[in-house]
Parts: sequence; C-alpha cells; structure tokens
Amino acid sequence: MRLRTALMGACATAAMALPALAERGSDGNVNILYSQAVSILNPYLSSGTKDVEVSSLIIEPLAGFDEKGNLFPRLAAEIPTLENGGVSEDLTTITWKLKEGLLWSDGTPVTSADVVFSWQYCTHPEGGCAQAARYEGVQSVEAIDERTVKVTFSAPKPNPYSAFVGSTSPIIQKAQFQDCLGAAAATCTAQNFGPIGTGPFRVTEFKVNDVVQLEANPHYRDPEKPAFATVMVKGGGDAAGAARAVMETGEFDYAWNTQINPELQAQMKAGGKGQFVSAFGTLVERIEMNLTNPSPSLPEGERSTVKHPHPFLTDARVRKALSMAIDRNLLVEVGYGEAGRPTCNLVPAPEIYASDNTDCLTQDIEGAKALLEEAGFTPGPDGIRVNADGVRLSVLYQTSVNPVRQDFQALIKQWWNEIGVEVELKSIDPGVYFGGDPGSPDTFQKFYADVEMYANNFDGTDPEPYLAQYLCDKIPGPENQWQGENINRYCDPAYEALVRELAQTRDIAARAELVKRMNDMLTKESHVVVPLVDRGRLSAHSNTLGGVVLNVWDTELWNVQDWYRIK
Amino acid sequence: MTDVPFQPDRATERPRSQWAEVWAQFKTHRGALIGLAVFVALVLFVSVGPLVWTRSPTYINPNAAEMILSRNKPPSWQAPLGTDQLGRDMLARMMAGGQVSIAVGLVAMVISMVLGTLVGVLAGYFRRLDGPLMRLTDLFLALPLLPLLLVMVMLFRDPLARSLGPEGGTFLLIVTAIGVTSWMQAARIVRGEVLALKEREFVLAARSIGTPARRIILRHILPNIVSPIMVSATLGIASAIITESALSFLGLGFPPDFPTWGRLLFDGVEYIQQYPARVIWPGLAISLIVLSVNYIGDGLRDALDPRIRGR
Repeated sequence: MRLRTALMGACATAAMALPALAERGSDGNVNILYSQAVSILNPYLSSGTKDVEVSSLIIEPLAGFDEKGNLFPRLAAEIPTLENGGVSEDLTTITWKLKEGLLWSDGTPVTSADVVFSWQYCTHPEGGCAQAARYEGVQSVEAIDERTVKVTFSAPKPNPYSAFVGSTSPIIQKAQFQDCLGAAAATCTAQNFGPIGTGPFRVTEFKVNDVVQLEANPHYRDPEKPAFATVMVKGGGDAAGAARAVMETGEFDYAWNTQINPELQAQMKAGGKGQFVSAFGTLVERIEMNLTNPSPSLPEGERSTVKHPHPFLTDARVRKALSMAIDRNLLVEVGYGEAGRPTCNLVPAPEIYASDNTDCLTQDIEGAKALLEEAGFTPGPDGIRVNADGVRLSVLYQTSVNPVRQDFQALIKQWWNEIGVEVELKSIDPGVYFGGDPGSPDTFQKFYADVEMYANNFDGTDPEPYLAQYLCDKIPGPENQWQGENINRYCDPAYEALVRELAQTRDIAARAELVKRMNDMLTKESHVVVPLVDRGRLSAHSNTLGGVVLNVWDTELWNVQDWYRIK
Repeated sequence: MTDVPFQPDRATERPRSQWAEVWAQFKTHRGALIGLAVFVALVLFVSVGPLVWTRSPTYINPNAAEMILSRNKPPSWQAPLGTDQLGRDMLARMMAGGQVSIAVGLVAMVISMVLGTLVGVLAGYFRRLDGPLMRLTDLFLALPLLPLLLVMVMLFRDPLARSLGPEGGTFLLIVTAIGVTSWMQAARIVRGEVLALKEREFVLAARSIGTPARRIILRHILPNIVSPIMVSATLGIASAIITESALSFLGLGFPPDFPTWGRLLFDGVEYIQQYPARVIWPGLAISLIVLSVNYIGDGLRDALDPRIRGR
C-alpha cells in the first residue's frame, strides 16, 4: 500500500515535471481557432484584437501583463521602476535594458536601434498607426548603447508603462521594416504578412483572412521552448462553431472568445473533449441613469442636456430603489453562466482597485418599495407610483439589439413594474447605438431615454482615465457634437477634487484607495451607475492542451511558449 | 309512363347571386378550401385563443428560484408549447405574436392595394397621367426598400409614439411604411389590364352614350380587374408579414418585449440547436399563413373570372 502511494506520487511528480523536461518542438502541432479570421500580422496597422493576438506569437514588446495584471519583462532584462532607477524621479523618463543575447528569428541580434525604430514607425506623421495611443506623450526615444533605450515624456507621466508594453506595441525589426515608414507602411505586404520577430513562433505561410501556419522559432531565447513544433491558426465561423470545434468534435485545441449562452455551454461541456476557461477583466454591463430630462416635449438641442434636470432620477432614493429591485445573480444565470459574475463595482478589477462593495447583490423588492414611499411616490390607480406633484415613475429603457440584453430588459422591466415603475423598452441596432453619429437620436451618448444599458471597460490596468470620464466638462451635449464620455451627466465638485488628487498621486496604495472611493461615490453612494454583471472572457481549450492561462490584460496567447501536449 | 316530369335545364335554374356563383366555383378548388380553413383557423387561434388561454405572454415568474426552474420547458399541460428562455409561455406568445403579425399583414395589404389600384387605374385610363405616374412607380421600384424603411422609422417613430403610445405608433408606422413601399407591382398589373380593357367594345359603347369617366371606371373597369387585384393582395399579405419579421429582426419593429411571429423567430434562432421547437412554431405559423393566403388567392382568381367560372 505504501509502495503504491509512493509510486503514484512519483508518477504525479513526473507528470508535473513533464512540460519542463520537454524539448523544443517535441509536441507536434497545435491547432488554434479564431472565430474572426486574421487579416494582417502587424498590430501597428490593425486594431483588431484577432490580428494583435495572433501577431503576439511572432513579435513581442519589452514587457507584458500577466494574468493578474502585473507587469513582467519579455525582451527587457527587468521592469524599470523608481526604486531601481529605471524611472526618473520627476517621472519624465524611463530607461529600458534589453536581455542579453536576444536574436531575431533570422539569427541577427536585437538591438536598441530596433526599439527606437518601432517608435519611429508608429509615430511617423504620414503613417496611420493604429496603436498611436500607446506612444502618446512620448517626446523622444533614444538608444543609449546597444542594449539600452531611454524614453522621454513631454510631461511627468505617473504611468510610464505604455510605450513598448503589451501586445499592442511590439518591437519590430529595423532591417526588415526600414523601407516601410509612413505612407509606405501599408504597401509592404511581405513585411506585414510575415514579420521577423523574437516570439516563440515564426510564420511559414499566411493566407489572408483564412489561415496562418507557423513553426517554432529556432532562435527563441529559451532553448527548451516552445513545446510545439508547429501552430496552425485558422480563422472564421462564429463563437458557437468555434466552441463546438474544441468541445465536441475535438478538431481544434484552442478556441478564442467562445461567448455563447449558458445552456449551450453546459451542453458542450458534456461533449467531454475540452473545457471552458474564463477570466475577468474590467468589462462591466451596467445601467446608466440619466440625470437630465430626455422628454421629447423639450426642443431639440435641449433634450438630455444639463439645462433640464431629470424629474425623478435626480432623487438618489429613486435610483437606489431601482438598483435594489434587480436580482443580479439571476441575470448572470440567464445571460452569461460561467462568463459572468454579479458585481456592484464600476471598477471590478485589478484586485487592488476593486472596492469591497457587495450590498447590491441581494435583491430587495420590499426595501425598494419602502424607499420609493419615503421619496414621496405612492401607487396611483393603475399601480404606477406618482408623487404629490403628479410626477409619474415611468421610464424609457434602451439598449442595443442583442439577445442577452433583450432578456435582461424583460427581467428588469418585470422587477421594476413590481415596485410600481412603468417601463417602456426600446432596442436599437448596435451600429447606430454605438455609432456616435451626432445626427442620430439613438446613440448612447445622446441618451434620449431615462435609463440605458451597455457594457464598457478600460484599456490596460490603470483606471484613472476611465474614472476621469465622469467630470462635468465631459458631459455630452450639442456644443461638443455629443462626444463627451460622461454619459450620466454626473457633476459633483467633490468627485472632481478626487480626480485631480488621483492625477497627482504616485503611491500605488494611495491610488488604490482613491479609486475605491471614487468607485463607491458613483455606485453605492449615488447609484448613478448601476453595475449589473462583470463580463469575463470565455475561451475553450482541449483536455489534451496544457499550460493555458487565460489573460484579460494582454493577448490571450501571452504564454503560448509554455503550452504543451498532455499525453 | 312516357310522361316524364318537366325537368328545368341549367339555363332556366333560379338565378343565383354573383357571390353565390363565385362561392360555388371557389368550392371546387380544393387547395383554396384547405387554405381558407387554415387561414380561418389561424385567425381564430390568435383572436379567440387568448380568451381561452389567459396566460400573459410577458409574464415572468417573479420568484427567482421558480423562474429558473420554469425556463426552457418542453410541452406540458401547463404550457402546451413549452416555455422560452425566461419561462414565458410560448402558446400565449404565439397568440399575441400572431395578432400583431396578421393585423400588420392585412392592414398593410389594404393600404398597398388601395394605392396600387388608384395609381394603376389613373395611369391606365388617363393617357396624360400615364407617363408621370409610371415614372413615379419606377422611382419607387428603384428605391431600396430597407434603407427607406429605416429612415422612416427613425424620423417618425418618436412623434408617432408620443401621440399614439409606443405600440400604436409603431403599428401605424410599420403598416404605412410597408403599404407605401409595396404598391408598385399592383399598380403595374392594374395599368396593363386597364389599358387592354379600355379599348374593348363595351367601354367604347359606354363612352359613346356619354358615360362620365368616373362611372366607366367604377362600373365597367374595376369589376373586370378584381381578379388580378385579389391575387396581388394575397401575395401582399405574405410579403407584409415577412417584411415585419425582417424589421423585428433588425430591432426596428415593435418594442422588444412585444412579441410578433418575426421576433419570436429571431429570439429562437439562438436556441435552434437545443430547442428547435422555439423556431419551428413561429416559422410554421408564418409559412402556413403565407401558403394559405396564396391558395385562397389562387382560388379567388379562378372563381372571380367569369371566363373560367363554370368550367
């Protein structure tokens, strides 16, 4: 008995040690399915997630984000910080040092000139770089020596990790791309379809909008990785088809973004060939309350502007009652299954920024009714609450056309009807709703409704710009072509002060405190934003594929060099 | 025994009214009879059905635990057609949806027939109006239908919803939109018929005794073109129902919690693999109504044409 246990233990250890013992290319081929096909392998010329992620197999940045949102070095020897002197005291420069002995997949050495060139390539005035935002505020990038680059910002930058960090700003080879600057960028087909990189794989064949064939990079910095000799990335189909190919038929080892309804998830899991992995980022499905009056009886140009406050949603008690009537657990159950979790936070992640606010998770219909009574709204003859001034609690609730959102609308309408609020539903074509056309009355910015529902998130791990959207001067209106980001028309001097304080705070713990405070102001204290569901990313991988760690902060294929075949 | 009682022959049979004649002919068309039966059955299902089956089509169980259990149920005595992904009763939804779809089909058809006949008769009878009216018809035919509908919905939805309520406003908007964009075929057919009829002897005779144009049209021309109008009308019902489905598909039709057959179909598509019944029922209803209406049209055309009648 004891011997058997010991043997089993040994076997388990051997199995766990297996990936580490594997040598490069020993595990054969891995098939990856992207339900949107790849059209280019240069992330600087495409903002499509699928293009950025697949190119991350080939080209890499200096540093990336791991699954917790922490920085880790890729091509850099270490992460520059204030402590190690890599970031200057005045926050205007950051100095990166490359790892020693890095080689491109064609065998030539990687130098600081390539890093400088990548910046020049993306910021060339004649070129339309899709990732220009990553280099915003960068004044210059200079090569100090063969392996050192110094990035200088035009103003102090509390978060200097934007340029050359993450899969959207990789390092490209100067020798290959030097004739592709500016307007010539898009014409360099050979380069854009087959970049020379430092990543674990290199392209062997690329059929645009169809399939990418790759093989292990012989010059990859870790001689034992990657475990797979070849990779095939196939594109096309839809989320359900992609999930089926992994979970039921087993044709593919990994499928990206398999967002399907919970019932179908359960059915596919029964297929037994694979499993779903989910990870939660900052994408929050929420209801936004309009603090201004959207009444169609107001003249055009004054509807939903700060000139006319909302007749009843300006009362915090009414907003709170509307939030209390919602059963978020049920919404998740109906709409997202494993791919969602109920939340009360506008900033649900990264962990250090997430407030411990969970009051809203239990539905409280009676409490909501009592709160409305307290606010002076009593049921009228038709059951709809009216206050002494004759203001009826009647809301127009809009969102985009999407099966899950329509289910949410039906459920929430039912709950609100129960507490005596009349609800009219409206669903708008997503192209129009999110289109931002100032001439259309149906955009989410115009907000010609009392409440509306959509999902939003922030880029990267720093919520500062996201929270700064709720400033008074960012209210959309006719004077700024309805382009503001402060959708609720929220305006609070105390909040503004916190935004200013956050911009000047460097210490990470203090920043986290401020972010939590601001999150609570918008959600549990005022209920201006009513978060419903924290929507995760859901992908599927085969039971025989090991090492998959889903990452929402960077490319999903961030650790593809560690993937292996479970034998 | 040679005294055979007098047998009246067909020609001296008691004269029957024109409509009895039509019905007698209609009865001989088996497809049309079945079509009529199906059509009447469907109309009764959506109009009388809700009085018998009183569950609300939008009722969701307020108790979360019970609601989860009542989702996606197969057919049972509590819910003969099962329930949908939110536990709403599919039978009640089919009835409510059918009311809207059939009403939209009929009203839009009436609008487009009135318009089409008017334009066709005017263009065919009055030579001077022919050119302009037919060019107008060409213009409407050349207009892409869906974008036009989108613009109309965007421009008029809010003002109409304000004066007639969201459902009433949308109904009026949709039937008008479908009506004014589907009269062109009817107008062309009617014009052709009128052009031919106008040269016939009985019209010439009427004109020679000084009958005014209005009377000639009403008395001699319209009764003779009833059969092509009927046929395009039946086809019109079918295409109106389908257009409404398309609009619901795009989220431009009725409010999302307001079931129509088109929307039920749209909602069901996502669940087609797990619960095929969710798409089969509304799909079947749309197909049945379209087919039955087409057969009725076929039978009516035969019955209304005196040259075919009796043969």
